[in-house]
Amino acid sequence: MAVTSLAPSSADDPLAHRPVALVDLLDRVLAKGVVVSGDITLSIADIDLVRISLRALIASVGALAPDQAAPEPVRPDRAAPHPTVLEVEP
Amino acid sequence: MSTSTELAPAATDAVWLHGVTTGVAPGTLAGIVGIAGTPVRAVPAAGLVAVVSDAPLTEYGEEALRRNLEDLTWLEQTARAHHAVVAALSRAAVVVPARLATVHSDDDRVTRVLVERRDEFAGTLARLADRDEWGVKGYVVPGPPPPAAEPTGGGGGAGAAYLRRRRAQLTAREEGQQIAADAAAAVHTALAGYAAAARRHAPQDRRLSGASTAMALNGAYLVDRDRVDHFADLVRGLADRHPQLRLELTGPWPPYSFVAEPAPAVGGSA
Repeated sequence: MAVTSLAPSSADDPLAHRPVALVDLLDRVLAKGVVVSGDITLSIADIDLVRISLRALIASVGALAPDQAAPEPVRPDRAAPHPTVLEVEP
Repeated sequence: MSTSTELAPAATDAVWLHGVTTGVAPGTLAGIVGIAGTPVRAVPAAGLVAVVSDAPLTEYGEEALRRNLEDLTWLEQTARAHHAVVAALSRAAVVVPARLATVHSDDDRVTRVLVERRDEFAGTLARLADRDEWGVKGYVVPGPPPPAAEPTGGGGGAGAAYLRRRRAQLTAREEGQQIAADAAAAVHTALAGYAAAARRHAPQDRRLSGASTAMALNGAYLVDRDRVDHFADLVRGLADRHPQLRLELTGPWPPYSFVAEPAPAVGGSA
């Protein structure tokens, strides 16, 4: 079944914008290609560093299932669809 | 310590750039809270307006930034605060969003950037007018599981059986990944053909997205506002045609992914 999970959330009323996922936001606010360079501007290396430290942090929080190297059944204990650290604060 | 000398005063604030626009009504800015909890300000020059926040150096100076960016709580708050400003601006005007943590030492530096790059900003603003960014993510829909290990010949006992089963799983997974990658490319090509501009972000790590399956497509599309309904229809149609992927549409976003001119020649992935 082709499931389209549409989450436009705001096409009708932009002010009703529901909180966006942090990962989606970081993809964009840290996107490559800058037009404006500041006196301080994150370099690509800095951004990669952010991504790495994010991963490390999330791993250390323990929200992460082990790598799927081992042929294990799906872990039912991943109750939260999102790691808690990424949950949205309005 | 309010000395004013010839030299620049020992600044305590830097200037955080949210974005550049052609102009906003004064009332618009008054209601927008900036990065450090203070109202945003306009820095006009060269027929453009930079929208900025005063940012204390203790938190947003170079060293402090580097440290703070590794603090996920800080990063999230800051990204959301920046986004709130950019999103509010983009509802009121065309805006070229600044990347997170674009910091200038003072208003004069911001003014200089506006003056020096006026033509480029004007071109980008024209390109972004009446358009929004939409995200389409494609998650892999797992295929049927490989057949359970059959207790047939081959011998070698449990170890060998395990290896056979494992190999079959890996093969199935590789094939599944290839099918998903092909579907993602097809979806992206179709959407890019409809959008004014398109690019692919790197697929999100599952540990960050929290998704239960891998992401094969993380696309961004710049779509004319009056064609959004058709774009959404197109996404639905593509989802039906490519059941190997679960598509998710997000937006409208400020045009973060389209501030830079698309690279010449190379199409498709970013």
